[in-house]
Amino acid sequence: MNTNKSLPHPKPPSKLKHYLTAAIVILLLWGSSVQTEATMGELIEGFPNMFDLLAEMFPPKWTYFDNIVGAMLETIRMALIGTTIGAILAIPVALLSASNITKSWWLRHPVRFVLNLIRTIPDLLLAAIFVAIVGIGPLPGTMALAVFSLGLIAKLSYEALESIDRGPLEAMTAVGAGSLQQIWYAVIPQIQAHFMSFTLYTFEINVRAAAVLGLVGAGGIGHYYEITLGFLEYDKTCVIILFTLGIVLLIDYSSTKLREKLL
Amino acid sequence: MTKPWNTLVQRPKKNRYRWLIYLALAAVYVWAFAGVPFTGIKETAVQITKSIVSGIFSPDWGFVYLPEGEDLLRGLLDTLAISVLGTFISTLLCLPLAFWAAVNMSNSRAISGSGKMLLSFIRAVPEMVLALMFIKAVGPGSFAGVLALGLHSVGMLGKLFADEVENMDKGPVEALLSSGANRLQILWFAVLPQVLPGFLSYMLYRFEINMRSATILGVIGAGGIGTPLIFALSTRNWDRVGIILLGIVILITIIDLISGAIRRRLV
Repeated sequence: MNTNKSLPHPKPPSKLKHYLTAAIVILLLWGSSVQTEATMGELIEGFPNMFDLLAEMFPPKWTYFDNIVGAMLETIRMALIGTTIGAILAIPVALLSASNITKSWWLRHPVRFVLNLIRTIPDLLLAAIFVAIVGIGPLPGTMALAVFSLGLIAKLSYEALESIDRGPLEAMTAVGAGSLQQIWYAVIPQIQAHFMSFTLYTFEINVRAAAVLGLVGAGGIGHYYEITLGFLEYDKTCVIILFTLGIVLLIDYSSTKLREKLL
Repeated sequence: MTKPWNTLVQRPKKNRYRWLIYLALAAVYVWAFAGVPFTGIKETAVQITKSIVSGIFSPDWGFVYLPEGEDLLRGLLDTLAISVLGTFISTLLCLPLAFWAAVNMSNSRAISGSGKMLLSFIRAVPEMVLALMFIKAVGPGSFAGVLALGLHSVGMLGKLFADEVENMDKGPVEALLSSGANRLQILWFAVLPQVLPGFLSYMLYRFEINMRSATILGVIGAGGIGTPLIFALSTRNWDRVGIILLGIVILITIIDLISGAIRRRLV
């Protein structure tokens, strides 16, 4: 026990950094609330409106269901085609950005730069631009989803590509295979399950995204949100939300099960 | 048991129902492509694309700062503020939900299952739809966007937080329990120190996503840079579209870099 006394107590680590972080965060939040004119009063004032709105949504007007089945199918189609096109385009892009397959710095980094650029633009924004280019309808939505999927799948795939086992690649080099043969026999068998999993994951995201693309005129069920909310028919909106929810949950569930089987 | 080197390696057995899967897939794709009414692209498409590209390369620099308001910098600042506040609100809201939904925090599966159901439900309502509803409640403007992002992010953040809680080490909890700590003390001294870095990292990740969402909220009138963008698109002011796109790309790239750097230090 004597030794305990002679030893100095260790000093607790300085808390200055924590205080500074807290101060910065509070400053950021305060600045943001000033900028967005967010006030508690407004929220409390607006909250009863919110409940009125929710009350008006129930009971849902189930007969509206027949009107939106077609749009829902179109939404799924857009997601499916968009994801597929994006996935196919992503294969060469991912191969070009993986450092263990494309050795040339000058080829790899420009591709990655463009890829990062694509990923900064949100899908709805892409859709708005494509609507301006090709006009209203499911086509711009599909194109937007394809570009968005390309960014996501290529990014996930090239990261997976860089972590593949080098053994088969070296073995192929040792027996004198060309680079296409290397990719075919050493890279693809290692990566295809991951690639399928990423594609399914992107499909899940795209179904959700496709459901709102209609807000900018890019086809799918999103258009009906505007119609029903514009005419204040909240009971119909509720049907759309519930239907979307059901489809999204169904697709999420089956896709997750499939992905578990793949990996 | 070693095989002689010259025996043939058996080919892996193929699934006998494989062709059925291919057939189903083919059917799905036929259905999908048959349904797209490919009416052809507008003749003006090429011209508009050219205008947009030239707009991006000759941006309307005058829009960056206008003294009387409604310029690029203020729009971007608005977007950033919406995203910061939205992320903050959703983090606060999802903390109790995450502990509710974590399997190892309650005794019965029914409790955590219902929590997970609720989170899936929240996640499935798109933020744009929530924004439309909040606009009805608090009027158009940034605040509606903040509330929409705040509520929508709860779904994903709550799920990620719950996963983090489920993956933690049980040791410290049991140690505290055996020394007679109450539930609050266990939460404070055993659970929180383990999950906090993960929570913060996910929060930043969601912040990056919210930045992207906040740029488009303005399309429906919920504040941020989306409003001037959709206005420029509909008036075919391509130089302005160019500068706004440039601003969005730069802002999001900077945010991603900062947030990524912090996240790498956290985990």
